[in-house]
Amino acid sequence: MRHHLVLRIVSKLLIPFIILYGLYVQFHGDFSPGGGFQAGVIVAAAIVLYALIFGIDRARSVFKPEVLMALAPLGVILFAAVGYYAMAMGGAFLDYDWLVADDTTGQHIGIITVEFGVGLTVTSVMALIFLAYAGRTQDIDDDDW
Amino acid sequence: MELLIDIVLLGILGITAIAILWTRHLFVATMLAGAYSLTSAALLVALDAVDVAFTEAAVGAGISTVLMLGTLTLTRRREKAHRRIGAGPLLLVVVTGAMLIYGTVDMPAFGDPNAPAMQHVAPEYIAGTRDDIKIPNIVTAILASYRGFDTLGETAVIFTAGVGVLLLLGRRREEDEEPGTRRPERERDA
Amino acid sequence: MLELFLAKYNYWIVIVLMMVGLYVVVARGNLVKKIIGLNVFQTSVFLLYISLGKVAGGTAPILTGKDEVFSNPVPHVLILTAIVVGIATTALGLALVVRIREAYESIEDDEIDEAENRDMAADLAGPSR
Repeated sequence: MRHHLVLRIVSKLLIPFIILYGLYVQFHGDFSPGGGFQAGVIVAAAIVLYALIFGIDRARSVFKPEVLMALAPLGVILFAAVGYYAMAMGGAFLDYDWLVADDTTGQHIGIITVEFGVGLTVTSVMALIFLAYAGRTQDIDDDDW
Repeated sequence: MELLIDIVLLGILGITAIAILWTRHLFVATMLAGAYSLTSAALLVALDAVDVAFTEAAVGAGISTVLMLGTLTLTRRREKAHRRIGAGPLLLVVVTGAMLIYGTVDMPAFGDPNAPAMQHVAPEYIAGTRDDIKIPNIVTAILASYRGFDTLGETAVIFTAGVGVLLLLGRRREEDEEPGTRRPERERDA
Repeated sequence: MLELFLAKYNYWIVIVLMMVGLYVVVARGNLVKKIIGLNVFQTSVFLLYISLGKVAGGTAPILTGKDEVFSNPVPHVLILTAIVVGIATTALGLALVVRIREAYESIEDDEIDEAENRDMAADLAGPSR
């Protein structure tokens, strides 16, 4: 879509704000609707928009599939690690009361951390899935539809 | 007023679903599926499920539509012109629907605050979130803390599905065998 | 009768949506259409669960400090994760469709059946090449 000047400029302006909004949804999920799942999908949508506008090859060089492939399991591992850490501190698996001395603070830390893990996994899996589809096709022409 | 909004949104959903059933054009069906998701997100807001509505709008109308369009560019845009309406499927669907509707007769009324689903853990989780966890969003508290083990499992499922897609589509097309050869190993043997 | 309708209408319309989705899955031969039908079915299950958790006069389950009636948050949690898992499995299904198309040059189930039958017949006739 190289010749779509308006689309290129507008999405250049929008993509940072979409990612910023994703981060807001991620870390404000305790207070308002949102959390790791939604944030992950929103950030992935920004990556999809980037790939659609600037071409799949450029998207692959910015959001490297190798990095995304490392981040996807990292989210799950981070989630499970919080669980095991709680076990090591003497509690049950994923019992955040044991993370630090104060129960409520422990809960807050636990929730933020596991939501971050969920967000990491969802973002990278969704982006990887899109890149896998897009990698198989030629650039979509306007008159294709 | 709430009743009116509910009925109108459910009506739009019904019409969209029928249109999806009707159309032969897969591009149209995909777009209608996106509209269906967005409408159901609006309905979810009316049903107080704001977190779910948020997810449905982002996933159903956003990512899902993009993936469907990606599939269409790799396959085809039109459904094959079609044989007659099958009596078998219609019978199956009508019988299933009739049984489900029969099942709702014993269910508590829509919005009943004394329904069994509202009695056991739900009030405990709401009180616990207020007194112990002390974050405002009850859904996040249940998702990450009370039902944390569930959520860990779901995250693992997403990761596994991602691995599956990469195994199926990860290699670039050029590196694959020629299209139309469904049993390359046999043709090599022959 | 009107009372019964007002008490159950939400479940009934959702069940009708579910029936439409099921019909698309069972009756249509096109694989992409089947997956779209599966999504319609899935969304109606989501709506059924959320309808079960609705409390008349309730509000979204976010604490504001005031004493309010909340809709049941437990189905919300179930469905929230189900949506994201749903998109992951949809992606997997679509990936299979893409591979099927590459192998069989078709995404209609009767044509794929035919190709399989031809293959089987060729197998039975012995190696021809």
